[in-house]
Amino acid sequence: MKKLMLGNEGVARGAYEAGVRVATAYPGTPSTEITETIAKYDEVYAEWSPNEKVAMETAIGASVGGARALVCMKHVGLNVAADPLFTVSYTGVNGGLVIVAADDPGMHSSQNEQDSRYYAKAAHIPMLEPSDSQEAKDFTKLAYAISEAYDTPVLIRMTTRVSHSQSVVTLEDRQEIGLKEYKRDFMKYVMMPGMARQRHLVVEKRSVELSKTADELSVNRMEIKDSFIGFVSSGIAYQYAREALPDASFLKLGMVHPLPRKRIEEFASKVKKLYVIEELEPVLEEEIKSWGISVIGKDLFSRQGELSAGVIEEKIKGTARLEDRTEELPGRPPVLCPGCPHRGAYYVMKRLKLNVVGDIGCYTLGALPPLSSVDTCVCMGASIGMALGMEKARGRNFAKKLVAVIGDSTFIHSGITGLIDVIYNKGISTVVILDNSTTGMTGHQDHPATGKTIKGEPAPVLDLFGLVRAIGIRHVQVVDPFDLKLAEKVLKEETEREEPSVIFFQRPCALLSRKSGIPCFINPDTCRVCGLCLNLGCPAIEKKENRIGINQLCNGCGLCQNLCRFHAIEGGNNRQ
Amino acid sequence: MKTTNILIVGVGGQGTLLTSRIIGTLALNSGYDVKMSEVHGMAQRGGSVVTHVRFGDRILSPLVEPGKADIILAFEKLEAYRWLPYLKKDGIMVVNDQEIDPMPVIVGASRYPDGLPEKISCRCGQFALIRALDIAEQIGNAKVVNTVLLGVLAKYLEASPEAWQKAIEETVPPKTIEINKSAFSKGYSTKQEIGKGKVHGGNVLEQSI
Repeated sequence: MKKLMLGNEGVARGAYEAGVRVATAYPGTPSTEITETIAKYDEVYAEWSPNEKVAMETAIGASVGGARALVCMKHVGLNVAADPLFTVSYTGVNGGLVIVAADDPGMHSSQNEQDSRYYAKAAHIPMLEPSDSQEAKDFTKLAYAISEAYDTPVLIRMTTRVSHSQSVVTLEDRQEIGLKEYKRDFMKYVMMPGMARQRHLVVEKRSVELSKTADELSVNRMEIKDSFIGFVSSGIAYQYAREALPDASFLKLGMVHPLPRKRIEEFASKVKKLYVIEELEPVLEEEIKSWGISVIGKDLFSRQGELSAGVIEEKIKGTARLEDRTEELPGRPPVLCPGCPHRGAYYVMKRLKLNVVGDIGCYTLGALPPLSSVDTCVCMGASIGMALGMEKARGRNFAKKLVAVIGDSTFIHSGITGLIDVIYNKGISTVVILDNSTTGMTGHQDHPATGKTIKGEPAPVLDLFGLVRAIGIRHVQVVDPFDLKLAEKVLKEETEREEPSVIFFQRPCALLSRKSGIPCFINPDTCRVCGLCLNLGCPAIEKKENRIGINQLCNGCGLCQNLCRFHAIEGGNNRQ
Repeated sequence: MKTTNILIVGVGGQGTLLTSRIIGTLALNSGYDVKMSEVHGMAQRGGSVVTHVRFGDRILSPLVEPGKADIILAFEKLEAYRWLPYLKKDGIMVVNDQEIDPMPVIVGASRYPDGLPEKISCRCGQFALIRALDIAEQIGNAKVVNTVLLGVLAKYLEASPEAWQKAIEETVPPKTIEINKSAFSKGYSTKQEIGKGKVHGGNVLEQSI
């Protein structure tokens, strides 16, 4: 049976067909749909873990316990999970273990453009890179075979255009793989220095064997046509290059670490001019050059952003791309949705002229005009530690005009330890938890405080109030961010206090309830066109020809009504 | 068969993804190789979104290159204009007659360009401007504006209405099959002559129902 599937769905299907029993992840674009898809299979236990490190550890446990296991994350998630990653390379596996890292060249939805292939090299873990959804499925199955044959975890590198492109996949049946026997083996699984030294030797030996295997793998495929130009490429870059130069010769790499040295040397000898086409860092290029083979790569192509068939054609053939834009157009950056609870929170913070240390989520969008509230965004959980660092650098008076802002899911992911630091090291930080009862940006995944598992089953609800109190926070307040007066009062109280505090801004994500609501409208007789409501940055409020109007995007949340001094905004869900 | 390249552009949240998936299903049912590139995550929050759809004998890159789109289906006028450089010479442009102000316009940092239908139509082979939101509201659900537009687009592709209906049945959520099918039919049967774009001025077809 043939089906159109996202690359991410291809990975999930491949894992399912390979008999995977346990799948874990923390959501992160562009990786999220892998776990959402595999969770639909009854034969597979799936979970949203609190963060990528825990997800990795759970998958390692499942593997050591004898099951085939899958763990998925975005590229920056692999940083969080890097600690177990480097050591599971030493212990090896029992049931096959596959780790998927989805890179985001061009940063469609990420804070950096790091290249996960360096992790494969650094941790001595083989890595496969599919170039479409069929390969995503096939390579995932191959990864399990390699994992168990070589006693190693296997990495799969996805990129946004493979993860989020649909292409045709042929489905096969699931192969039921029984649990492998669980054998206690402290020389293999207890990584104390004495054992780890032994295991490091095993890793070295495994790497040599895998290099030989790479030369024989059919996924490292030579396509000989023209003998003048040859390309070494992998992943989506291969598809772009093939499209741009259909008559050229290709060495298409399915395994990007370790590299098939003999095959690359053979290919290099067959063509006069050799190019390496790869997105982001010159990982293939540097290694091939280290063997004394002359290749052209990043001298021609940028390390930044995505490639495309057009870019490759232009660089190789020297043809100019057509650009007929004459007019500067208004951009359309992403915005907080109509009805978004964060809008009220940021409006008040801006009014109070607070410095805001931000975090990762939809609420990072509060950095953009007109709310222009967020000063920093580095990584998941960074806000709280950074707030403490600013206080230690600039003193308590500075801290009294400073808040850390973090979402509920992000707080659980890696904000808790930051808050412990604030208490332990006697900070006075005010931490605002924007609790919208979901993981918003990645598409509404459940988390430990939502009361539901990935499979929709009821689960114990993490008591966030109890948690922050247990950490040692004595001042905890709960506010509806749409109650602008109360929000302002509470923010003032807690920032001025010479003690640490946590404010929960609680209101569910506007997209959680799919009801359309009763739209608001502006009464032109009472509206004085003062423009105060425009400061909310709501995409439903527009000013045209010196009149303010509310468009069809409005869902009647009523925040603008709370703000308007002239009661000129009517309708809405609260007042009819 | 020559590869068909379609770009579907709009504002995050307008339902461009579902539209492209119906086209993809249709192409797969017709025996073609298909690739589609979608936008998920940050860009869905009211940002400019684009889905690339390509089908033919064998598809390599999932992306349509600038100047290579046979058809652009635009859910919003400014987005139609933004992606116009992707349309091939003499390409087909189907535009929903709707303006959604982006934030730079709302905050007054930028102006929404004037006269977009004229600016667009003079640079395409065929041009259709549709009040799809009105049609969708008439059917009883503003959300099916995407399937109305798909119905208009369908007239430029070879497949039969029956094949389209089947692709809709296989793609949309079961509860919404009927309303999507009727939205498609409305779009498909909208009486309209296809405006022929001219190099100067252009003949803008203002389509009302």
